[in-house]
Amino acid sequence: MSDKDNELVSSRRAFLGGAVAAGAGALTTGAAQAQTADPLITEIQPWAQGFGDGVDAVRYGLPTEHEGDVIRRNVEWLTADTVSSINFTPIHALDGTITPQGCAFERHHSGAIDLKKDDYRLMINGLVDNPLVFSYADLERFPRENHVYFCECAANTGMEWAGAQLNGAQFTHGMIHNMEYTGVPLRTLLEEAGLDTTGDLSGKWVFVEGADASSNGRSIPMEKALDDVLVAFKANGEALRKEHGYPVRLVVPGWEGNMWVKWIRRIEVMDGPVESREETSKYTDTLEDGTSRKWTWEMDAKSVVTSPSPQAPIKHGTGPLVITGLAWSGRGAITRVDVSKDGGKNWETARLAKPGEKMALTRFYLDTDWDGSEMMLQSRAMDDTGYVQPTKTQLREVRGLNSIYHNNCIQTWLVRSNGEAENVEVS
Amino acid sequence: MSKFLKSTALALAVSLIAAPAFADKFGLGRTALPEEIAAWDGDISPDGTGLPVGSGDALVGEEIFADKCASCHGDFAEGIGNWPKLAGGADTLNHDDPLKTVGSYWPYLTTTFDYIKRSMPYGDAGSLPDDEVYAIVAYILYSNDLIEDDFVLSNETFFDVEMPNANGFIVDNRAETEYVQWTGEPCMQDCKDVVEVTMRALVLDVTPDQGGAADEEVVETTKVEVEVDEVAIDAIDAELAAAGAKVFKKCKACHQVGDGAKNRTGPILTGIVNGAAGVVDGFRYSKPLTKAAEGGLVWTEAELAAFLAKPKAYLKGTKMSFSGLKKESDQAAIIEYLRSFGG
Repeated sequence: MSDKDNELVSSRRAFLGGAVAAGAGALTTGAAQAQTADPLITEIQPWAQGFGDGVDAVRYGLPTEHEGDVIRRNVEWLTADTVSSINFTPIHALDGTITPQGCAFERHHSGAIDLKKDDYRLMINGLVDNPLVFSYADLERFPRENHVYFCECAANTGMEWAGAQLNGAQFTHGMIHNMEYTGVPLRTLLEEAGLDTTGDLSGKWVFVEGADASSNGRSIPMEKALDDVLVAFKANGEALRKEHGYPVRLVVPGWEGNMWVKWIRRIEVMDGPVESREETSKYTDTLEDGTSRKWTWEMDAKSVVTSPSPQAPIKHGTGPLVITGLAWSGRGAITRVDVSKDGGKNWETARLAKPGEKMALTRFYLDTDWDGSEMMLQSRAMDDTGYVQPTKTQLREVRGLNSIYHNNCIQTWLVRSNGEAENVEVS
Repeated sequence: MSKFLKSTALALAVSLIAAPAFADKFGLGRTALPEEIAAWDGDISPDGTGLPVGSGDALVGEEIFADKCASCHGDFAEGIGNWPKLAGGADTLNHDDPLKTVGSYWPYLTTTFDYIKRSMPYGDAGSLPDDEVYAIVAYILYSNDLIEDDFVLSNETFFDVEMPNANGFIVDNRAETEYVQWTGEPCMQDCKDVVEVTMRALVLDVTPDQGGAADEEVVETTKVEVEVDEVAIDAIDAELAAAGAKVFKKCKACHQVGDGAKNRTGPILTGIVNGAAGVVDGFRYSKPLTKAAEGGLVWTEAELAAFLAKPKAYLKGTKMSFSGLKKESDQAAIIEYLRSFGG
């Protein structure tokens, strides 16, 4: 380490310790001493003189216009039509773990429909004693629960199977959101329809379908249906957004997003799976020999550095740098995230903002000191089953190159000395 | 569809009497009526449970397919642009970029019936009578060389059809093939000798333009200026235009019109009536259309009607994969509808 590097490190330590180490800090960009007085301080600014907006200027607020680039984005070449398409959460620009509904990714099969609470009906039928129809108001009368869960599309990172393609964490990893849901356990509704949940239900399934024109339908084994599936009507404290299934959607914790049926209208108890289009022709994983895995519902442990990343370059030069990202597992809670700056040669354990929660996003930080040299940034998640997020090479060794879904590989960002970052693959 | 539908009435009668005995119930909701269940419960299981009585063959299916499916899936189920290909791909599953179609990939034919019945045609879901669904399924099978053209597909012959990839699926085996080897304490130091960049996203350059809200505002401003230039148009027959809006459902899978319209499989149609042909920015027209446009083709109501009646006869080689609007009343209605967006 050079003398200069030593000074940088010591200045950072002094800063972290709360000392006013102005002399040493002068070397770092961030702490440089001002040569001339800052007019933003010395001159009275308009916002400090007149009035701002009165209350009620906006009855339901959107983010300030200064955050106008923190938006969902679509990759037009992926799909034929926006009504059967997907867009991406701007995870590169968010922090914490809760995804605001307004920028949480959308996936529709025939467009986001407008369905009023008054027009909403939920039917439970099939192998139950008493097939029932619930109104929206009925649902709000059942005991309800609150849980934070991530919802990840099985195709998240799917475009990266064959090689590094899209330049930005939003595009490579943005088919995910994480919200606090309020809803009624599916178990409660099935019991209300007379399903004997203490009886032998082995081999039984539920088929769930939506009210939109695509009528997206999926089969869920009974064990999961009775475990933690929620019929949810609130997210992050408020009504679901139209694009996320208002007024009611299914929440299937830890399992692929396609099963989280929006505008859910019917739940049927059945003797077997329907083997619908979405669970045969789609959301199945073709291996190298041409056979395909089906029923790959769980989303394996995964993580990504959200900043710095291609859309969030380092703009402040050398010195203190916060490397941050998200980690999650559909099979449990995140217990540890390691970060590598050299493409997986050496790893440092990152700090979790809070202990990992089951099937929810976990935020990690690596507070570091950047000397301006090139980095190959990676993150590697571990969950409470002991599973370690694999590399793309490891995944390809098992699954081949033709897989699309369930790509939970370690992502690499090449961060150059000018702070710009690029999506790359490394040996 | 539930096998238990028939027993529903009995169960219902019993549960009405027994309801108060269930202490853990809330007494919420109401009993679903048999006709309500019949209206919504249309799912078809791999063993054929739920298949309605009906039949159709590929010849009938071909006509329906041309009319209702081909604009996205192509005349031969080969798919247009990014729209799904429904035919072909035999023996490609273990190749690079396998082609997954009903013929090459789908394990159960019931899935095809179930999906077409519930979700197709795109933009007009659930409108197909059962016999038409059988006929369309037959045409898709025929396009995949899985049946002969004289094969009548029905609820009774359904399982005579062999799906080539029926045995091509295994249940999730990640626990055995992946979890066992990717569990445990990972390497922390000197885990590799050399690390080199082997592929870069920038080389491909497929990341979309990332204009934010600020860019969109500029676009809006431009739009307003365009509107100022709008010329007065003849009064629109609202009733006829409304009828046209319904007919336009057939077109919506490929065409957009009005505010915010974008080119899709077909060009934006705003201002097309009495407008010059082939002028929509950013749309790649067929060569014949481009040639006709260079020849000064204007989409007068008469020209449009002629085109819409039989697109491929009117303009040989057109990209518009639509069999045509036979009824003059439909042609007139759709033209009036398009005229209501200017032109």
